[in-house]
Amino acid sequence: MSALQIDKTTPPAGSGQHPPGGAPLIQTRGLELFYGQTKALKGIDIDIQERLVTAFIGPSGCGKSTFLRCFNRMNDLIDGVRILGECRVGGEEIYEPDIDVIELRKRVGMVFQKSNPFPKSIYENVAYGLRLHGAKDKAALDEVVEKSLRGAALWDEVKDRLNSSALGLSGGQQQRLCIARTIAIRPEIILMDEPASALDPIATAKVEELILELKKEFTIVIVTHNMQQATRISDRTAFFYLGELIEYDQTKKIFTNPAMKQTEDYVTGRFG
Amino acid sequence: MSTAPAQPPGSTARPAPRLTRQRTDWSSALWTSATLLGTSFILVLLIWIVGDIVVHGLPGLSWRFVFTTPKKDFFEPGSAAVLPMVVGTTIRVLVMTIFVLPIGVITAIYLTEYAHTTSIYTRVIRSAIANLAGVPSIVFGLFGLGFFINFLGKNIDLAIGATSRFGHPSVLWASLTLAVMTLPVMVIATEESLKAITPGLREASLALGATKLQTITRIVLPNAMPGILTGAILAISRAAGEVAPILFTGAAYYMADLPTKLTDQFMDLGYHTFVLSTQSPDIDKTRPILYATVLVLLMLTFTLNAFAIVARARMRRAMRAGH
Repeated sequence: MSALQIDKTTPPAGSGQHPPGGAPLIQTRGLELFYGQTKALKGIDIDIQERLVTAFIGPSGCGKSTFLRCFNRMNDLIDGVRILGECRVGGEEIYEPDIDVIELRKRVGMVFQKSNPFPKSIYENVAYGLRLHGAKDKAALDEVVEKSLRGAALWDEVKDRLNSSALGLSGGQQQRLCIARTIAIRPEIILMDEPASALDPIATAKVEELILELKKEFTIVIVTHNMQQATRISDRTAFFYLGELIEYDQTKKIFTNPAMKQTEDYVTGRFG
Repeated sequence: MSTAPAQPPGSTARPAPRLTRQRTDWSSALWTSATLLGTSFILVLLIWIVGDIVVHGLPGLSWRFVFTTPKKDFFEPGSAAVLPMVVGTTIRVLVMTIFVLPIGVITAIYLTEYAHTTSIYTRVIRSAIANLAGVPSIVFGLFGLGFFINFLGKNIDLAIGATSRFGHPSVLWASLTLAVMTLPVMVIATEESLKAITPGLREASLALGATKLQTITRIVLPNAMPGILTGAILAISRAAGEVAPILFTGAAYYMADLPTKLTDQFMDLGYHTFVLSTQSPDIDKTRPILYATVLVLLMLTFTLNAFAIVARARMRRAMRAGH
């Protein structure tokens, strides 16, 4: 891609006060995605910076979840999906044929909308990723499990029942368990696809608090339908509409003084 | 009572119209009794059959009858016994399960986890399975004779230079024939249980960096185990009482010794029931033996199923407990 195009979106307006210029952790250029013949993403350019929370907002069907799933290649699982353009994580083009998807997914973790703990014990849920990659040492596993559960603000609630089923946890606890499971493999980036949309306000508040905590160590990209949530937790916000990135800027700017009319209409609730 | 609720205030003469009305809904009542009658009919039929067999079969049952080999004449109440048939039926069901379980599970895994739902190959496999389920069991018997014995067996004999070691009816070929027959049941039951696993679990596993194979062995299969065992139960139930597929492929009218290897022929409870009811010189004298034999066949089928049912219950408990 030409330098011209890169200049178009990097750095987003007003990003000066935000962490070190440096290379963005995730970068796409002209990313297009097709479901069969349907073009779902229409050439998206974005730079996602390290150690920030970036929120994707937009009406249902605008492509924000689909775009999120490009970063850990979860779209590969769907028959008939084609992806064109550039998509780099940590400077590496992740759709090159020699990319190891397993390694990619270890670096780019994901938390889903519907909490999906495995029907195993709490301990085994957190240890799952480590066991996959060959961890056997019980003491080391114990340590990572504890650390991850603490990191997900769940340890105090479950430390006495690590060996009971994860399915016995409440919805909010299950979602935090899924976060613990994800951070256990120490990814650099955590993708969150509406992680709180199925939770009650109290559980949502806990997850949001947790995200602000996780931000210190991880780069987080979160899809949300909840505008207040985006303002509370994110540093940058990207507004998507009909498969296009309409506007991407500091969250404050998007919600108080957006450049585009469509963005303003959406964040003020006039459409979408 | 169709007055509108808009009554002038203060007029207490008429009570408000009631929402409930006592009325018999005849069509509902009729329908309810019809469905109840249908269900009861099945129940009555089952109780009748099982009851008749138990009542007439129990007197003929004894340790000697179940656990010894028949001496001389098995039509004679004094010398009749069914141990070789119990052994034969058990072995052929177990050997069949050993074959049908992995093949059925692997096929189902391919169809649900790997195959492209729209590809012609997948559609051909699916319709083949559906058609296989509709083939009469006697046809499977003839297929077993033609393919396993005359083709496979005879050619193995040729290849290893043996005379009639594999090219004749045996437990092995009978079990394989039954495995082919019960394959559709196994595949369909496993497929259903695989489809019932939420896609979210597979996604979660893959997102943690699991390979597809790891996801299948660590998440999908353990969760599908109860359904797979249901398939095994259905296959066992279907196969245990089948006679037609083993007529030409392994069942013997009489054998002096118990089978000792897979290439031996065997006596079978189902086939023996057929023999007792058609070949007896004196049917009235043989009838108690016939009943007792059928009772043993029923008990054996229930026992074989019970193993799978207990295993399934344990697995479900373990899954709920989170192991």
